[in-house]
Amino acid sequence: MTRLADRTVIGLTLALVALFAAMPFIPNWMMFVFLQSFARGAVALGLLVLWRSGLISFGHALFFATGAYAAVFVQRMVVDDALAMVAGGLVASGLLAFVLGFLLRRYRGIFFALLNMAFSMVLWGLLAKTEALGSTDGLGITPPAFFGMKFTGDEGKVAIYVLAVILTWLFSVAVHLYMRSTLGALSNAVRENEIRLEYLGYSAERVVHIKYVVSALLAGFGGVIMGMTVGVVDPESMAFWTVSGEFVFITILSGTGNVAATYVGAFVFEIIRSVAFQYYPKLWQLIMGGTLLLIIMFLPNGLWSLLRGRGRGHATEAK
Amino acid sequence: MQLAAVILVDGLVYASYLFMVAVGLTIIFGVQRVLNTTHGSFFAFGAYLAATLIGAWYDAKWPQFGGFLMIVLSAAIVGIVLGVAIERLLLKHLYERDEHIVVLATFAAFLALEDVILLLWGTDPYYATQPVGELGASAIAGLKFDNYNLSMIAVSGVLAFGLWYALRRTTWGKMLLAVIYDREVARAMGINVTAVFLTTFVIGSMLAALGGAYLAPTISVLPGIGVEVIVIAFAVVVIGGMGSIPGALIGAVIVGLARAASVHLVPQIELFVIYIIMAAVLIFRPEGLFVPVKARKI
Repeated sequence: MTRLADRTVIGLTLALVALFAAMPFIPNWMMFVFLQSFARGAVALGLLVLWRSGLISFGHALFFATGAYAAVFVQRMVVDDALAMVAGGLVASGLLAFVLGFLLRRYRGIFFALLNMAFSMVLWGLLAKTEALGSTDGLGITPPAFFGMKFTGDEGKVAIYVLAVILTWLFSVAVHLYMRSTLGALSNAVRENEIRLEYLGYSAERVVHIKYVVSALLAGFGGVIMGMTVGVVDPESMAFWTVSGEFVFITILSGTGNVAATYVGAFVFEIIRSVAFQYYPKLWQLIMGGTLLLIIMFLPNGLWSLLRGRGRGHATEAK
Repeated sequence: MQLAAVILVDGLVYASYLFMVAVGLTIIFGVQRVLNTTHGSFFAFGAYLAATLIGAWYDAKWPQFGGFLMIVLSAAIVGIVLGVAIERLLLKHLYERDEHIVVLATFAAFLALEDVILLLWGTDPYYATQPVGELGASAIAGLKFDNYNLSMIAVSGVLAFGLWYALRRTTWGKMLLAVIYDREVARAMGINVTAVFLTTFVIGSMLAALGGAYLAPTISVLPGIGVEVIVIAFAVVVIGGMGSIPGALIGAVIVGLARAASVHLVPQIELFVIYIIMAAVLIFRPEGLFVPVKARKI
C-alpha cells in the first residue's frame, strides 16, 4: 500500500495553494479562462476515468447539461445557494448515469460512444423544444449566494472561483485515490481482457457502471461550474454533440498519464480557443482542429508526455 | 390519406439523401473500420460546390438540364480532391491506432473543414433552384410534389442496386468483401489493400458529396449543414448495422419516415425521435439490425 499522499496528491495540493495565492493577481479575463478550464477539465477527467478502460463517450454533454440545468432548477425552485446548486447538479447527473448505466455497461467500443451520443442528442432535442426550459435561448443563472451571502460583479466571480478551486481539488484527489485503489486498478484489466477479469471473480460490467457514474458526476459538476461562470445554460453550447466532441478533444489533448493532466489540457484548450477566437474569429475551428490533429499525430500520449520527461513519473496508458 | 401520402413521400425523399450519405459512411466503416466524421464535410462541400456550379451554369445561359451534370461533377470533384486528401494525408497514418482516436482525428479534420467552407463561401446562403423548376411537378393523391424530389428517390434506388451489384457480382466487389472479412488474409492473397482502402474512401466520399449536391437545389445552402447531417448519418448506420449496405438502406428509410411522421404528427419530438429509435434499436440489437451479435473473444 502506497502512502496516501503521493506525488500527485502533493502536486495537486500545491496547485491549490498556488491558485489561491495567485488570486489577487489574476486579471478578470484570466479568471474566466480558469473557471472554464475547471469546468471542462472536470468533464475531461470523467472521460479519463472511462478512457482508462478503453471506453470513450461521445455524449458526455448529456451530464454536463444535466448538471447545469439542475443547478438552475435548484437556484430557482429550491434555494439560492452555490453548494446546494453543486449538490443538485451532482445528484441529477449521478442518478441519470446510474439508471442509464444499467444499459450502457453492456456496450463497448464505438457502440458505447455512439449510444451515449444518442442519449445526449435526445436531451438536446428535449431542451431545445421545451418552452418551460427556455428552449434554444436557455435559462439564466444569477450569481449564486454563498451561505446566505450574495456577491455581485467581480466579487461574484471570485466567489465562484474559490468554490471551483476547492471542489476541483477535492474531486481530483478523490479520483486519483480511486484510480489507485483496487477498483481503479481494474480499469486496465477491463481494457485488456474482460473475460479473464471475470474469471478472477470481478464483474467487468460493474466496474464500467461505477466508472460511468463517476464520470457523470464529474461532468455534472463541470456543467454547474460552467453555468455559474457563463451565467446562462442553453442546449446548443451545453448538450449538442460537438460539445461532447470538445470534451473528448481535451481528454486526448491531455493524455491519460495523470489526473492533473486534464486540467492542463483544458487550460491549453481554453487558451487556444480564446486566442483563436479573439484574433482569428473566422479561423478558430481550423486552429482547434489543426492543433488536435498535430497532437494525435505527434504526441500520442498527450501534453502530459511533454511534462514527464525524467523517466520516473507514472505509468501511462500508452497504446 | 393525404397526410399519409405526404409523410410517405417526404419521408422517402429525406431517406434518399440520407442513404447517399450513410451508405458511404457504412462502406468506409466496413472496409477501413473508420467512423468518418469528415463525411459531414464532404456532404457540405458537395452542396456548396453544386450550388456554385449550377448557379454559374445557368448564369451563362447554357442549355437546360445542365444542372444535373453539375451535380454529378461536384460529387466527383469533392470525392476525388477531398477524399484522396483525407485518406492519404490523414487516415493512412492512423489505421493502426485505436478506433476512437481515429474518430477524433476525423472530428478534428471536420472542424477544420467547417472553417474552410466559411473561407471559401462565406456565411451567406446559396440558392440553385433551377433544376427543381426544370423537372416540374406531379400530383399524387391530390397533392403536388416536385418531380425533382421524386427523382432523388429513384436515384437512391438505382445507387442501392448498383452498389449491391458491384459488391456481389464483380471481382472488385469480391476483393472488397475479402478485405472486410479479413484484412490480413486478403493481403496475403495478393489483394492490394492500400488501393482498396483508397478506392473505397473516394467512392464513399463521392456518395456523401452526391447527397449534398443533389439536395442543394431544394434548400438554401447554409453553414452548418454538415454538422446536422453527420450525426443523423451516424444514427442511420448504427440502426442498420455498421458496415451493412442493406442496413444503411433500411436505416435511412426508418429514419426518413420517422422524421417525416414526427414533423407532421408530433413536432415536439422532431429533433430527437431519430436518436430514440437509435437507442431502442441498440437495446434490442446491440450491433444494429443487420449485423449479428458477435461472441466475445478471449
